Amino acid sequence: MSTTTMSPLLKARNESAARSLGRRRKMVDSTIKWLCLIATVAGLFFLASIMGTLLWRGLESLSLNTLIAEFKPTSYGEDTSAPGGLRHAIIGSLIQTAIGTVIGTPIGLLVGTYLAEYARGSAFGNAVRFVSDVLLSAPSILIGLFIYQLVVLPMGGFSGIAGALALAIIVIPVVVRTTEDMLQLIPNTLREAVIGLGAPKWKMITLVCYKAAASGILTGILLAVARIAGETAPLLLTSFGNNVTSLDLSSAMASLPIAIYQQANSGFPDLIQIAWSGALIVTLGVLAINIIARFVIRGRH
Amino acid sequence: MGSTTEQTNSTSSASGFGGMQARSAEALNTTARISVRNLDFFYGANKALKGINLDLPDRQVTGMIGPSGCGKSTLLRVLNRMYSLYPGQRAQGEVLMDGRNMIDDSVDLNELRSKIGMVFQKPTPFPMTIYDNIAFGIKLHEKLPKSEMDDRVEWALTRAAIWGEVKDRLNASAMGLSGGQQQRLCIARSIAVRPEVMLFDEPTSALDPISTLKIEELIDELKRDFTICIVTHNMQQAARCADQVAFFYLGELVEVAPAAQLFTAPREKRTQEYITGRFG
Repeated sequence: MSTTTMSPLLKARNESAARSLGRRRKMVDSTIKWLCLIATVAGLFFLASIMGTLLWRGLESLSLNTLIAEFKPTSYGEDTSAPGGLRHAIIGSLIQTAIGTVIGTPIGLLVGTYLAEYARGSAFGNAVRFVSDVLLSAPSILIGLFIYQLVVLPMGGFSGIAGALALAIIVIPVVVRTTEDMLQLIPNTLREAVIGLGAPKWKMITLVCYKAAASGILTGILLAVARIAGETAPLLLTSFGNNVTSLDLSSAMASLPIAIYQQANSGFPDLIQIAWSGALIVTLGVLAINIIARFVIRGRH
Repeated sequence: MGSTTEQTNSTSSASGFGGMQARSAEALNTTARISVRNLDFFYGANKALKGINLDLPDRQVTGMIGPSGCGKSTLLRVLNRMYSLYPGQRAQGEVLMDGRNMIDDSVDLNELRSKIGMVFQKPTPFPMTIYDNIAFGIKLHEKLPKSEMDDRVEWALTRAAIWGEVKDRLNASAMGLSGGQQQRLCIARSIAVRPEVMLFDEPTSALDPISTLKIEELIDELKRDFTICIVTHNMQQAARCADQVAFFYLGELVEVAPAAQLFTAPREKRTQEYITGRFG
């Protein structure tokens, strides 16, 4: 109706205004698109540069020997002696990461469940959530100091179990946050449907809510594993590091991040090379965890 | 120990309401399965239901209509004590079933909910297989050997008119079903527990017309064995499905009458205004 009654003059002016508006929108649109693209390329460049350097330097000295040989002091200048390896650090890291995850995950899972299912909106719940979030972003050296005071000093020395406990404390807030977030994504009608069948609340949580949130929670746990596998600071003050393979949780224990730290700082080219291999091993390990997580999640759906 | 209703008999001329076939009220059973007496309900300080008195006749369909926020869904959530999940929500008065006041604190909620099943507006399949969805509710209350469990699952799915569509994929995830199938699955899951009362909270408002028709036919078939209460925004649906219709407005029960009477000769002015579309 409006187009037929509109005067020709008005129509012409509207058209040119519309055209210039259209041009402006197109320009803004392409500007934003290019900004996003440039940022992506810049980000990818740094990532690729880091990965490239790591692969190049790491693969140079990575061999079966690096994985299974004990640490050796530098053999720089004597080409005849066999180079050392990282067996002590790999085994130490596996032990401490595993124990840290096994201790931290159930605690984090239960705290996250408490926050999402029992303490919604309560003052105590809000306080717990706040503390957990602070812990999530706390510098990890603080957690090392805490365990140093609480475990290392009373035990009279550095120990593998102290390192594992420090890692567990890092796992807890990560798992708390993902568990709570994933449980909160579940619509309330699903909960009511379970309750409506006459299920007690604990069955609703364990049999239905956990299932509905499983892939998200699992991802959170694996992210936590990936995070502690690369932690150095809290281990410096707890398990300290060790140059021999040790399975004894009550004495100092080696770990990959600390072995990398020590050997990269040694100043000897052969040890620095081994440190690069160590960094590559940690990175590939974390990558493997992520890939496994994706497969597990895909297998469920 | 059910009390009897004081319903007035409908006028004999149960003619259609706007082309709809409203049910004849002659068949109305007068034994109440659930009797609501002087029920008040509060969301915190907000009074959402005011002095409700209503009987749900045994093995009949009671439709509850009214504009949004009138309290009809709230009443449904009182009947199976769903409100008890939320602190700050409370009910006063009596909801009598088998001579017991079901809103009393001493009532075992899990047992109550096994007697009063509920189907929601949006389908709520659990993230598990079709078979496990049905078996889930049964396992909460009974320990059945595998063969009996299989029979019960088949029975429930058959009663919910979905057995033919899912019998070849009982071990597939229930999340892969269509919306209408999911809703019938949820009905099957509820009746598998063998409740006495079934509550439907706008069960078809998220479904297409064909699925809606199937659910309505199903409700008609289920009332042979279950006392049914259905909340709906759709008055045609209330007229098609319900034997007795209750009209709610602003937390009050304005009028309850056999469907034919309520839609053709309402006693209250507000009922007439609502069913003729003047508000709501």
